[in-house]
Amino acid sequence: MGDLIHLILSGTATGAIYALAALGFTLLWQAAGVINFAQGEFVMLPAFAMLFFIAVGAPLWLSFLLTCAVAMVVLGYGFKRVIVDPLIKHGVIPLVIATLGLSIAVKSIVRAGYSAEAHPFPSAFPAGQLSLGGIAVSYADIGTLVLAGLIVIGLQMFLNKTVTGRAMQAVAQNTDAARVLGIDVKRMVLYVFLINAVLSVVAALLVTPTYLAKFDMGDSIGQKAFFAAIIGGFNQTRGALLGGVLIGILENVVGFYVSPAYKEGVALVLFLAVILFRPEGLLGKAEERKV
Amino acid sequence: MNRFERLAIAALVLSAATTSLAQQGPVPIFGLMELSGTGATAGTNFDNGVKLAVKEINAAGGLLGRKIEYTAMDTQTNPGVAKALAQKAVDSGAYVVMGPVFSGSIIVSMVETKRAEIPNFTGGEAANITQQGNPYVFRTSFTQSTAMPKLAKYIKDGVKAKSVAMIWVNNDFGKGGHDSMLKALEAQGIKVVADVPTDPGQVDFSGAVLKVKQSNADALFVYTNEEESARALRELRKQGYDKPIIGETTLTGQKVIELAGDSANGALAHVGLTVDAPQPTIKAFDEKFQKEYKYKSDHNGMKGYSAMYVVKAITEKNKKLDPKEFAKALHGAKISAKEYPGVLLDVSFDQNGDLDRESFLVKVENGKQVVTATLPPASAK
Repeated sequence: MGDLIHLILSGTATGAIYALAALGFTLLWQAAGVINFAQGEFVMLPAFAMLFFIAVGAPLWLSFLLTCAVAMVVLGYGFKRVIVDPLIKHGVIPLVIATLGLSIAVKSIVRAGYSAEAHPFPSAFPAGQLSLGGIAVSYADIGTLVLAGLIVIGLQMFLNKTVTGRAMQAVAQNTDAARVLGIDVKRMVLYVFLINAVLSVVAALLVTPTYLAKFDMGDSIGQKAFFAAIIGGFNQTRGALLGGVLIGILENVVGFYVSPAYKEGVALVLFLAVILFRPEGLLGKAEERKV
Repeated sequence: MNRFERLAIAALVLSAATTSLAQQGPVPIFGLMELSGTGATAGTNFDNGVKLAVKEINAAGGLLGRKIEYTAMDTQTNPGVAKALAQKAVDSGAYVVMGPVFSGSIIVSMVETKRAEIPNFTGGEAANITQQGNPYVFRTSFTQSTAMPKLAKYIKDGVKAKSVAMIWVNNDFGKGGHDSMLKALEAQGIKVVADVPTDPGQVDFSGAVLKVKQSNADALFVYTNEEESARALRELRKQGYDKPIIGETTLTGQKVIELAGDSANGALAHVGLTVDAPQPTIKAFDEKFQKEYKYKSDHNGMKGYSAMYVVKAITEKNKKLDPKEFAKALHGAKISAKEYPGVLLDVSFDQNGDLDRESFLVKVENGKQVVTATLPPASAK
């Protein structure tokens, strides 16, 4: 039983990281109708940006804050203005292709600059373990859970309790109606891109000590986050959370009780099952779109 | 002399000049290297080692007075790509082919170099590479069937473990090592109480480590590639694993230490080559490599570097650039580090292409490999 609890706790910590990236998928989809297939690279780039700031002497916390600022400009504002705005009027498919291309381009650039080798990344949390009722849990897992949990709760509160958050939700639900109500739609959409950039930086901070900073580290994260968003419901932020955590826990449990060889297939099997039996996702709502 | 005769003579002269130029031109050597994908760390190091040796050899006059033209090609750690690139190297008239470093790739790609009768050096350690009757494949490191018995003996006599848990990577390299180690442990009477395969490129080792902890083995044997070794070490420390962690070469490699940070401290390994060995030839290599690349080489860098000096030694012995003669001469050859410091340690090759030389037992202390013992070559016993 102790093993199972340990697996669930560490799986939840891993899943929380997937959830952060998955949240980006759902937020962008709801607010701007964008599926960003470079989401994994949006996690990889901040990892290298933080390494750059660390290399020039900044401590990890300052590197994180500086990277948040840079990411908001480049991955938030820049991504929206340079790629999304010109292409969105042509529909979803050109944008999907553009983000796939962006993903390849970003990986190639980072590989050329930093080489294809992995680079170490410092952990934001101390080494060691805490014994909770006889179950040893690492500080890294606890820290990840707490930080990711705070971010998610904070985001939910922002979306539900503040005027700006509600305006953003209104834009997500019906852009035209939101515009009629006097909401600055463009600004709300920009906020979503900025939030997505910050979520990516947090995910990078939490995941890179384990994944190691490498040009292709975003492949796996992007894929898991996409699956998590589909599993939970692409049009529900809570769904992304559920999907991420579910994948994290099931990967751990299957890896331990069945075989580590099947671990990587867990997300795919769940994804297929959801697509077949509940295409809108576990918490998602069926929606219709004009084509 | 009519117009046709003049043209024929001109063609003959041109042909002779071209042949002469080709004979005097650079010596083409190709590298099939894992410059991306899961083997990027190993391939990049091996490639850098080769390049450093080529630079030095060319500065000293080249091979029999001809410069080496080294071309590295990226296999992407993909055996299919490696095979296609081996064909390209053959078509380009390679004198010698270096790499791939990964066992899974060389097993596939060496078919092409064997067919073309071109010597092919590999960093792969899987035992079956040199057990297929290929007279053109040569190792740059120990075969697993040489290394594992040394390590199993150390686990019994040095670590005094009676039971062992194993974490290994499920590819040709890992499976070969796993099988060789199982035999070696059995021969020493050591029981394997947990046998945990992992995937190449695996990121999360929490389940694997939990299984190892649950087995309560006296020691853990880790046999994975560089990045996975670092992740495994990090997870082991994260979960507070406190039994001896033992590996073969990769586990305490320089890149693994860099990636694993403090988590690498305490790890033990048998290594064929390490820049921390006390030999003056190795110290000199370490300095030159760090000066060139601004980082410390791992064993793969040393493998690439020493292999290129083996090429120099055998070519000079043969006094001609003939790939077939090269392969013949290398079987059964002994090369002295005194005569050719670039080979780093006295080395001998058997009829299968396996090499033999001194090796080392190391422990990671404060982020550095510390050599705790030097073991004699297997043939010296």
